[in-house]
Amino acid sequence: MGQPIIQITNLMKTYKLGGETVHALNNVSIKIEKGEFLAIIGPSGSGKSTLMNMVGCLDRPQSGKYLLDGKDIGKMNDNQLAVIRNQKIGFIFQNFNLLTKLTALENVELPLLYAGVPAKERKARAMESLSKVGLKERAGHLPTQLSGGQQQRVAIARALAGNPSILLADEPTGALDSKTSKEILSLMKELNELGHTIILITHDLAIAKQAGRMVSIQDGQLLENGGELIGNMAIY
Amino acid sequence: MGIWQSIKMALRSIQSNKLRSALTMLGMIIGVSSVIVLVSIAQGSAQNVTSRINQLGTNLLTINTFGTDLALTEDKINELSKLNGVKAISPVVSGRVNVKKDKTASQVSVTGTNAAYSDVRDTKVKQGRFITDLDIEYRQKIAVIGSETASTLFGAENPVGQYIQIEGTSFKVVGVLASKGSSMGQGGDNTIIVPLSTGQRLVKSTTINQVYLQGKSEDQMDVVMNEVKLALAGMYPNKSDSYSVTNQKDLMDTMSSVTNTMTMMLGGIAGISLLVGGIGIMNIMLVSVSERTKEIGIRKAIGAKRRDVLLQFLIEAVVLSGVGGLIGILAGVGLGKMLSSLFSLTVSFTSSVMIGSFLFSLVVGVIFGVFPANKASKLNPIQALRYE
Repeated sequence: MGQPIIQITNLMKTYKLGGETVHALNNVSIKIEKGEFLAIIGPSGSGKSTLMNMVGCLDRPQSGKYLLDGKDIGKMNDNQLAVIRNQKIGFIFQNFNLLTKLTALENVELPLLYAGVPAKERKARAMESLSKVGLKERAGHLPTQLSGGQQQRVAIARALAGNPSILLADEPTGALDSKTSKEILSLMKELNELGHTIILITHDLAIAKQAGRMVSIQDGQLLENGGELIGNMAIY
Repeated sequence: MGIWQSIKMALRSIQSNKLRSALTMLGMIIGVSSVIVLVSIAQGSAQNVTSRINQLGTNLLTINTFGTDLALTEDKINELSKLNGVKAISPVVSGRVNVKKDKTASQVSVTGTNAAYSDVRDTKVKQGRFITDLDIEYRQKIAVIGSETASTLFGAENPVGQYIQIEGTSFKVVGVLASKGSSMGQGGDNTIIVPLSTGQRLVKSTTINQVYLQGKSEDQMDVVMNEVKLALAGMYPNKSDSYSVTNQKDLMDTMSSVTNTMTMMLGGIAGISLLVGGIGIMNIMLVSVSERTKEIGIRKAIGAKRRDVLLQFLIEAVVLSGVGGLIGILAGVGLGKMLSSLFSLTVSFTSSVMIGSFLFSLVVGVIFGVFPANKASKLNPIQALRYE
């Protein structure tokens, strides 16, 4: 496989909370290969969101190194980070985070808009993306006219539109019922089989188990090969 | 992302909040239209005043005499008329007289003067003729009457060739003046013009009250005025308190500086309402930014740069103010036309005022849009995404 797509070494992130220093991420190191389906599992307050923000290039590490596709994220400015987010990362959020005033198609077009893709090509690529998630005929609908599962699929289409290196899903099934959750998960598996690298962040073991590889995070520390360690943990 | 895309996006977001956008624009509409209406009225009245002054005669110098110790005789007037730059000269005796025609009596001002008066004071006859130099020589009892006097005494009849009684003496009406309207206490249509020699008898005085001089060209008027002053000083040493020489240009300059000040003041007051409109836009944009924090977070997460967000909000503000400005121009012109027809005001619309106030509204949009837009662009995407 050659170079891993994500290489994180000794990542640190601390917050000051009421005079006390909290290590949200404490010496985290991980390598993620291209084409992997990785689940990061951890209870709330474990540092999972901080890790997601870090991996998603919304935040910069305080110390340590984060290489994404061989590029050092820690040394980039806000604008460069925006470009990286636009081109390398597809976000899938728990609350879908679609723009309610735009149609499904326009939502999917949005990352391409910021990438400067011309209108015609943008529309074609967004449609292609929508048909990948099976919502081609819903292109003209507003998010409020779609069910939760459909909204999440639009969000996945949006994440796919820019053809990013990784799909970063933060509790993608957290706001969905179990039947729709299964549909979304199987869609993500399909996408993984098509070659997309997927990072899934969740607190739900059943969902994490669907992934090819699982790591757990606890008190800001990442425990590689979560499978073995999770067995010893009472919460799961 | 291209500018065109940003404009489209801004229009969309304005569209999706119609009532709020309309109310925000209202500030700009009122501002721009009041600038246009007020400045147009001010400029209209300035034009009005200028044309009224020009009606009194062009390139006009006036010598006013006070008291009787200044004997402005025909010789002296001839001397003055030979000065360089003087085109025509017209001495005047004036007073008030009683006029009677059959049973209608009226008191009017009488002016005794020469033939040149018609040109010097830009006084045209509508019917008949003006007085001639021959009339003066033969002390003819003829009169040219103002249009108002004509209608008072004769009604709808043609006065030319008929007789009127001035102070008991019978005068033949030879002409009727075209109406000039009255302005600034001068002229008026209620007047009678008679030959100078006859006039002196009517007012029982040989004292010439005023001499009007017409200069050859506008830009020489200051020179001519100095010449006249010098000549008068030579004729009447040590009597400079008994006469004054005024230049019509001075009057015009004074009037135009007054009207300019008025225009500036009205424009300034209206400009303040533009500023207030701008503050309204800033207010709404700030509300909009905090309302759309989540949207900004989403846009940033999927790759919007600071510049993209800044432009989006800035363009929204500018579109609001620009569209408001355009509507304001239409409203201003409409309102101005309405006022001018309702109150018979002279309004003068100039494209420079319209373009100027429109550009000013755009500038206001930029100035008051920058702060909210900058605030939006600086939002931290992590916190913005978490915002509910």
